[in-house]
Amino acid sequence: MNGIPLTHILFVSTALFFIGMYGFFTRRNMITILMSVELILNSVNINFVAFNKYLYPENLDGVFFTIFIITIAAAEAAVAIAIIINLYRSHHSVDVEEAGELKY
Amino acid sequence: MSIYSYIALIPLAPLAGFVILGLFGRKYFNKSAGIIGTCILGLSAFLSLATAFQYFFVDGKKDGIFHQLIPLKYSWLQFSPNISIDMGAVLDPLSVMMLVVVSFVSLMVHIFSLGYMKGEDRFATYYAFLSLFTFSMLGLVLSINIFQIYMFWELVGVSSFLLIGYYYEKPAAVAAAKKAFIVTRFADLGFLIGILILSFHAETLDFQTLISRLTDPQSSQYLSITTASFFGITMLTWGLVLVFIGGAGKSAMFPLHIWLPDAMEGPTPVSALIHAATMVVAGVFLVARLFPVFVFDHAALFVVTYIGAFSALLAAVIACAQTDIKRVLAYSTMSQIGYMMFALGVSGKGGEDGLGYMASMFHLFTHAFFKSLLFLGAGAVIHLVHSNDMKDMGGLRKYMPITHITFLIACLAIAGIPPFAGFFSKEEILLATFHANKLVFCIALFTSGLTAFYMFRLYFSIFWKKEALLHGEHHNEGTLSMKIPLLILGSCALLAGFVPISSLVTSDGAELETHINILFSLTPVLFGIAGILLALNLYKTENDKPQKIANVMGGFYKAAYKKFYIDEIYLFLTQKIIFNLIGKPAAWFDKNIVDGIINKMAGGTAIISEQIKGIQSGKVQAYALYFFLGIIGLSALFIYILN
Repeated sequence: MNGIPLTHILFVSTALFFIGMYGFFTRRNMITILMSVELILNSVNINFVAFNKYLYPENLDGVFFTIFIITIAAAEAAVAIAIIINLYRSHHSVDVEEAGELKY
Repeated sequence: MSIYSYIALIPLAPLAGFVILGLFGRKYFNKSAGIIGTCILGLSAFLSLATAFQYFFVDGKKDGIFHQLIPLKYSWLQFSPNISIDMGAVLDPLSVMMLVVVSFVSLMVHIFSLGYMKGEDRFATYYAFLSLFTFSMLGLVLSINIFQIYMFWELVGVSSFLLIGYYYEKPAAVAAAKKAFIVTRFADLGFLIGILILSFHAETLDFQTLISRLTDPQSSQYLSITTASFFGITMLTWGLVLVFIGGAGKSAMFPLHIWLPDAMEGPTPVSALIHAATMVVAGVFLVARLFPVFVFDHAALFVVTYIGAFSALLAAVIACAQTDIKRVLAYSTMSQIGYMMFALGVSGKGGEDGLGYMASMFHLFTHAFFKSLLFLGAGAVIHLVHSNDMKDMGGLRKYMPITHITFLIACLAIAGIPPFAGFFSKEEILLATFHANKLVFCIALFTSGLTAFYMFRLYFSIFWKKEALLHGEHHNEGTLSMKIPLLILGSCALLAGFVPISSLVTSDGAELETHINILFSLTPVLFGIAGILLALNLYKTENDKPQKIANVMGGFYKAAYKKFYIDEIYLFLTQKIIFNLIGKPAAWFDKNIVDGIINKMAGGTAIISEQIKGIQSGKVQAYALYFFLGIIGLSALFIYILN
């Protein structure tokens, strides 16, 4: 455990963040977009935990934040899935390209 | 002082009448509007007479001189400690006399209209307008400062516009109303500039203070207004002449008289009220109100005199050739107002010199009665014949005996035959002119002969000349409410000359001795009789003499018939010169420059928005991308540039 430097963990979390970002911009399916958002959130969680562990081991603030974010993410997933279900009901599809009525 | 505080009711009662009838009249009491309006005005007239009695005979006089009282005064707009606009009421011989004239004639017109306007669709509106007019006129005569008079002056203009255009379905009436409004409004521009000049130099708006400052050669205000000059003419003269132009517009003096004959498109009782007795004398009233200042400036008085005399003569000549009876009366009004103006012009202040002022006011007083009588008589005739043209009339004396007699009285009064009212006042005017200015005296004398001639031409054409060609079942003179005012005004035209105006309304408030000089009176009376005899000879029976005379006169007759082409000159000036040289370039500028800039700006915005609206595509992920790029941009900004 001690052999792994902080930069490696940050590299992982950054990669995870941009993978999520890429999925968020390119995927057309609402559910995959939701999954991408979860990836982004989790990359942040890793950051919190890592910084907590490596820089201020005597505190627990980062861990608390992580738990907090996981809770929020669960609620957010419920809301997002409700939106997806409603989108499916009105458009018979979960493709975001189909729901493009709100334009000029 | 406070015993006069009820005079606020005199103008405010008609205002209340206007509000009530104007808002609710047509819906709730279209039939009874006439009675309501007349009763309200009856109250005003009664209060005016009571005020006059109280002022003239009980407590207005102190040490043999009538003093100015200001029973009501409220500060309305306070601009600075020194300058405020007040609203109030003034009582002096001039305003009290005008109160009586205006409210009395207006009451007669209200009563007459009960019969004349009966069955009109907009009966209540008509009475509402009459009330508004009476309110403005009463407010005007009671004004204590020059700004208040200007406000009421414009109100008078508006209400006369409404009344002239009462028959708004008739294009001629609409055109006449517009013409009256524009011409008087144009003249009011002069009035406004005059007010600004006078009040700027006098540093006050209040009449009393203004007069006392501008008539005191020692005061700094007098020095400032007489030393300042523009084109070599002192500011005092400019101010007074411009104020006079405003008065000339309302009083229909040459060359601003063109609206008056056209204004006859309104209902005839309105003509009696506005264009005979009250509104057109507003100009005379204004000059009389500022008369103490006018006296100090000979140039301004010179203008007043000659414009008055020329208008009197011109109008009399035109009146001889007109065939529309209301137009004849309109021109005779203009001519008589001219008399009042030049009588003021030749007058001095105080003692024997003030004869002209007194005579002018006296003529204003008597003229109000006999001229409104003439118009109401003409209204009765028109009511019967349904035509304004004297060719359609003749022999009506059998059908309308009361109108006939009262009309005859009025004609004798205006012709200046003793003992009718006009004789006395005209006599004083001629006497004042004789002492002051021989040229104007000759014009006045000649005009008085002409007046007698054209008035009796009118009289004979309506009531004699030929047998009446009326057909139809019943011909009567109209209702009782039309006859009563004729009778009352007829007796006034008989007796008004005996009212001792000379001891009541004078330039300095003191009594003025007047005496009828038999030898002097003989000439004008002879002129009058000559005019009457000429008219008798030409128009009593139908013959071809008038036509022959017209043929001999040739071009002159035609020019007089066409009112000396003054209307055409105005049309040429406005349509050909002002419209083309000023109106059209101004319209072009407005359309292309002013509107153009705004339109181009709006168009540019539209084009840009058309170009960039694609950004709002409705695609959620595109928005997220923009958001992300924005964050990157901001981060870069903060990290690399602002740091």
